[in-house]
Amino acid sequence: MSVVPEQKIPTGNREDEIQVYDLHKSFGDLEVLTGIDLIVKRGEVVCVIGPSGSGKSTLLRCINLLEQPTKGRIFILNEEITDPDADVDNLRTLMGMVFQSFNLFPHLTALENCTVALTQVKKMSAAQAREVGMENLHKVGLGDRGDSYPLQMSGGQQQRVAIARALSMDPELMLFDEPTSALDPELVGDVLSVMRDLAADGMTMMVVTHEMAFAREVADRVILMDGGVIVEQGPPAEVIGNPKEERTRTFLRRVLDPTHLDTPDDQKSVTSDRSGPPEAPIEGRPHRSRLFGL
Amino acid sequence: MTATTVETPRKKKLSPRKRAQRVRIVQYGALGVLLLLAVLFIDGRQVQQVFFRPDMIAKTLSSNLPLAFFNTVAYTAGAFVVGLVGGTVLALMKLSRVGPYRWLATIYTEFFRGVPALIVLLAFGLLPLALPGLKIPLDPYGTVWTALGLVSAAYMSETIRAGIQAVPKGQIEAARSLGMPAGMATRRIVLPQAFRIVLPPLTNELVLLTKDSSLVYVLGLTVTGYDLTKYGKDLTNTHANITPLVIAGLSYLVITLPLTFLVRKMEARQARSK
Repeated sequence: MSVVPEQKIPTGNREDEIQVYDLHKSFGDLEVLTGIDLIVKRGEVVCVIGPSGSGKSTLLRCINLLEQPTKGRIFILNEEITDPDADVDNLRTLMGMVFQSFNLFPHLTALENCTVALTQVKKMSAAQAREVGMENLHKVGLGDRGDSYPLQMSGGQQQRVAIARALSMDPELMLFDEPTSALDPELVGDVLSVMRDLAADGMTMMVVTHEMAFAREVADRVILMDGGVIVEQGPPAEVIGNPKEERTRTFLRRVLDPTHLDTPDDQKSVTSDRSGPPEAPIEGRPHRSRLFGL
Repeated sequence: MTATTVETPRKKKLSPRKRAQRVRIVQYGALGVLLLLAVLFIDGRQVQQVFFRPDMIAKTLSSNLPLAFFNTVAYTAGAFVVGLVGGTVLALMKLSRVGPYRWLATIYTEFFRGVPALIVLLAFGLLPLALPGLKIPLDPYGTVWTALGLVSAAYMSETIRAGIQAVPKGQIEAARSLGMPAGMATRRIVLPQAFRIVLPPLTNELVLLTKDSSLVYVLGLTVTGYDLTKYGKDLTNTHANITPLVIAGLSYLVITLPLTFLVRKMEARQARSK
C-alpha cells in the first residue's frame, strides 16, 4: 500500500522530515513489519497506536536504525539512513529518542546525561554544554535536579531527564517509544505535559503510545498498526473517534474503558458499535486511570 | 485441618524449639572440649619458640621488612595494572564480531588459566636467555609485572566480559541514539558501568594476585628485589627458625584484610542499589 507509488523518492521536500518506503523487518522467521510507507512532516505530531506485537516500536527503532530494516528505504531530512554509506551517527544526532525504560546513564548525573553527547559528539565546550543541559532540564521542570543521579529520582523524573537529554542535542525531530508505559500512573501526567509543551513548540514528534487521551488531544495524525502494516491513519477524531477499519474498532474496544466513553461526541460510534458486555482491558494494557489520567 | 490432634505421642517428642536449643548446647560443648584439649596438650612456650621467637621477631622487623613489603606491593600493583589492561582488551576481543579475535582471546585465556603461574614466571625469567637481544626493562619488576600480569589478565578477562554483558543493551542504544559511534559508546557508557559492576570481583583478584606475588622467589632475585615471602624465607634459612616466615605471612594480612573488607563493603552497596 504505497502512499503515492510513482512519486519521487525521496521527495526532496525539506518539510518531509521522515520518509519511509516499503519498510520490511523480520526477526528470523517472524515478520514484524510487512511494508510500511510513511511520511512525517515538519512540526507534525504522529501517534502510533496498536496492539502489542503490531510492530509500532520496531517501526520507530528502524527509523533511527537501532534495528536494521530487512528491506525498504528510510530518509531523514531527505538523507537516506538506510544507505550503507550513510553517516548514521550524524543522522541520529538529528533525532532525539526517548525509550520506554528511560535508559539514562546511571553512572552520570542528570546534567551529565544531557551533556555527555554534547561534549563528546558535538565537541562542545564543557561550559557551553552545561548551559544547554541546564536549559533543557529547566524545560522539563528539573532545573534543580542537575546533580542528582538517575537512581535517586522517580521514574517520571528520570523520563523527563531522558527527554531533556534528547533535546540537548537540538534535534530536528523526536521519537518516543512508549515513554509512559513503565511509569506509575500518578507520574504519567508530568511526562505527558512535557511532551504536550514540546508539541506546542512545533517539534516534529513520532510517539508510540497507549495514551489514547494524549493521542486524541495532541496528535495531528494517529496511525493504527496491526500485524506489521498501517491499518488506518488520519486525524485523531477520525481514527479514534470514528474508526473505519474493523481492526481499529477491535483495538479501541479493548483499550478504551466503557465507563469513560460517555462524553465526547466523536466517540459515539465506538460506543454504539459495541454490543454485549465490554471486554476487559487485555493484560498488560494500561487501565483507564492511565489512559485518561491527564 | 481442625482435626489435627493433640494426641499424646507414644514416645515423647521434643518441640522444634527445644530441639534447636539442645543442638546448640552440644555445639558449644564440642567447642569447649576442643579448647580444653588445646590447653591441656599444647605447650605454649614450645609453640612460641618455633613460630614466634621474640628475638627473631625483632630481627625480622628491624632488618629490611619495609623494603620487602614495598616490593610485594609493587609487584602486585604493577601486575594488576597489566592484568587489568590486558583483561579489558581480551574481554573486548571475546565480545568482538571478528571470529579470529574471539578465538585468540579464548585460546589465550584457556592457556594461561590452565598453566601454573609459577611456571609462567620461571619461563619469563629465562626469556632473555632464549631471546638474546631481549632486555626486559625495570628488572626484576618488568619481568614480574609481565608474567603475573599476563596470567591475571586471563582471569580478569572473564570477569570483565561478564561485567560488560551485564550492562543493559538499552544503554548502548541510548548512547548510539545520541549519535555516539560504537567505540565511544563502549568507552564512555558501557565500560564505566561494567567496571562498577566488576569492582568487587576485581578486588578479589587483587587479593589473589598479592598472594601470587610470593611466587617471585623462583626468579633469583637480588636482596633489594626480595618480596615478603623471599625475605622471610631467607631469614628463616639463615637462622633455622621459621618465625621470620610467619611474620612475612602475617604481613600479607596488612594488605589483604583491608581489601577483603573493601570488597564486602562494595558488595553490600551494590546489593542496596539494586
